[in-house]
Amino acid sequence: MASLEEKIEETRRLGLQVVKETEEDRLMTLSVGPQHPGSGHFRFTVKVDGDYIVYCDPDPGYVHRGEEKMCEYRNIIQNIPHLERPVIHDSTNVTYSYSLAVEELMGIEVPRRGQFIRAIASELNRQVYTLYWLAIYGIFLGHSTMFMWPAGDRELFIDLLERLTGARVTHAFNIPGGVRNDMPEGFKQKCLEHINYYEKRLKEYEDIFYNNPLFRQRTEGVAPLSKEDAIKLGVTGSVLRASGVPYDIRKVEPYDVYNEIDFKVQYMKTGDSFARSYVPFLDMKESCHIVRRLLDKMPESGEVRTKLQPNPKGPPGESYKRVESGRGALGYHIVSDGTPKPYRVKISVGSFRNMLALPFLLVGQKLADMPAVYWSLNYWPVEADR
Amino acid sequence: MSNDSKEESKKKATKASAKSPANSNSNPPSQENAAPPAETKPAPAKQEVKPSAEPAAAEKKEEPKPAPAAKPAAPPAPPAVAKPPAAAAPPPKKEPEPPAFEKGLAQQITIRFGDVVKVLYIKPRRIKIMTDPGNLVEVATFLRDNMGFDHAESASGTDYPKDNQIEVDYHLGSYSHDDLLAHIMVLATRTNRDDARIPSLINVYKSVEYHERETYEMLGVYFDGHPRNDRFLLPEDWADIPPLRKDFRIKGR
Repeated sequence: MASLEEKIEETRRLGLQVVKETEEDRLMTLSVGPQHPGSGHFRFTVKVDGDYIVYCDPDPGYVHRGEEKMCEYRNIIQNIPHLERPVIHDSTNVTYSYSLAVEELMGIEVPRRGQFIRAIASELNRQVYTLYWLAIYGIFLGHSTMFMWPAGDRELFIDLLERLTGARVTHAFNIPGGVRNDMPEGFKQKCLEHINYYEKRLKEYEDIFYNNPLFRQRTEGVAPLSKEDAIKLGVTGSVLRASGVPYDIRKVEPYDVYNEIDFKVQYMKTGDSFARSYVPFLDMKESCHIVRRLLDKMPESGEVRTKLQPNPKGPPGESYKRVESGRGALGYHIVSDGTPKPYRVKISVGSFRNMLALPFLLVGQKLADMPAVYWSLNYWPVEADR
Repeated sequence: MSNDSKEESKKKATKASAKSPANSNSNPPSQENAAPPAETKPAPAKQEVKPSAEPAAAEKKEEPKPAPAAKPAAPPAPPAVAKPPAAAAPPPKKEPEPPAFEKGLAQQITIRFGDVVKVLYIKPRRIKIMTDPGNLVEVATFLRDNMGFDHAESASGTDYPKDNQIEVDYHLGSYSHDDLLAHIMVLATRTNRDDARIPSLINVYKSVEYHERETYEMLGVYFDGHPRNDRFLLPEDWADIPPLRKDFRIKGR
């Protein structure tokens, strides 16, 4: 085994190009996905030497829909409903940074109440995504309770968002200039009730899942990502924060009203699979506080949206805006040539960036740890493919 | 030409010094706290140590006393003689006053590279610079080693058939320098559309690996030195032109 460990050390030291295999015939090639339930619509090839993974090659693209090309054929407002398709569970955040980028391009100011409603909707939506992710993570580590509970509690937030936006999953709620609708009567009260209940549930999650010795055995110390490597690979979101870099777009580059909200950036230092799965959980806890503060500070009445002219167009130029989504920084680079349709839209998504860490982390791990590593990356294949 | 530009740069300097109190107030607090350590950091490149230290000194002096700052700010201008007019021309339209910190960053680059790098815009927390493909790696290495941009967030290509060019924009960010956390440096380069080929930045920024691969297949830009210019998101049997080029049309549109 010593030689194998040396080999792993060597491949790690060499960075991303990890195939350094002399005894090819010892290896077995396995294809994971795209139909495999454990990977989503995503395929990657691994080569195993006995029980150990020595090579990994991601092969995304099974759900590539050409979102960026589609953007060039629709005008700025028409783009919103299809842009949220890559991550329907986090659709408010996906359209949030798009709206911010368009607003910067056109110089639109969003009314204050609109900014608060946006932030609340995106916080709730991030919960929806994270719960969905947690449910899948749970079931793939064989913990079926952890599938049922988050999948059930997710309904709370879906109901809230349905009240707020009128749709359960794909809201198309954020638009350049503000949000589509004002907050309905009694929403604040209902939201606080849900959040209070949900915080109790989070404690139970912690007991049954994160403090579960089996879960900890399977994740602690598995595939650690050091701070230097995390920075070098340019990973983002919970993967980055688990490796000891307290980087949250809401904090470092606050958009809309986040600079008025007092909250802590949650991060850990170990960088193993456990930290990567625990940081989103800490984020969910913190997010409850953020929602409360947002509800407190929100102006009681006022406009929620700056009306745009029909078929709006901005001056030629470009903008790059980011928000913190459930999977990390989500940036839009929009180039405009002065027509109502964007000239080029590039979506820089967290999943695509975190995918780079997958081959890096999997090499040297046991095959049985693959789900624990893969899902800890907070990876959403549809988003990566766009 | 040189007289004009000198005058302009002087004007710019005096402007900056006049505005500096307002600017320093409007700066986010994190910049003020953390600016000194990054800028006083010794630059590895031997010849450039002096000039790159100058703007830092100028900036620091600006805060307490606006008036004397005009003198230290003037010397760095001559090496950048060709560029300030171009850089200063767009801002008055959109951004009346480019923020001081971003200006300092842009100045560091123009001092080091002079004509080789064009500063296209300076907006709050966003700077875009343009260079030739030949100098791309050198500029990127400078951004990484001397300015602290340690990762790439994305690389996005844009097709400009009218100019017969393709532009590739690298969005560089920093995780390790507190004063740069919110900043994005856009490093742009343009290549000929018919033979699109630029050097890969993979040896400078590992994080561009997949972004460059995507740009290769979506826009047909070949990245010299990248280990895998091949299919990534598109189907394996894709036999059409790269889809993000403007002459690729979606069916029915």
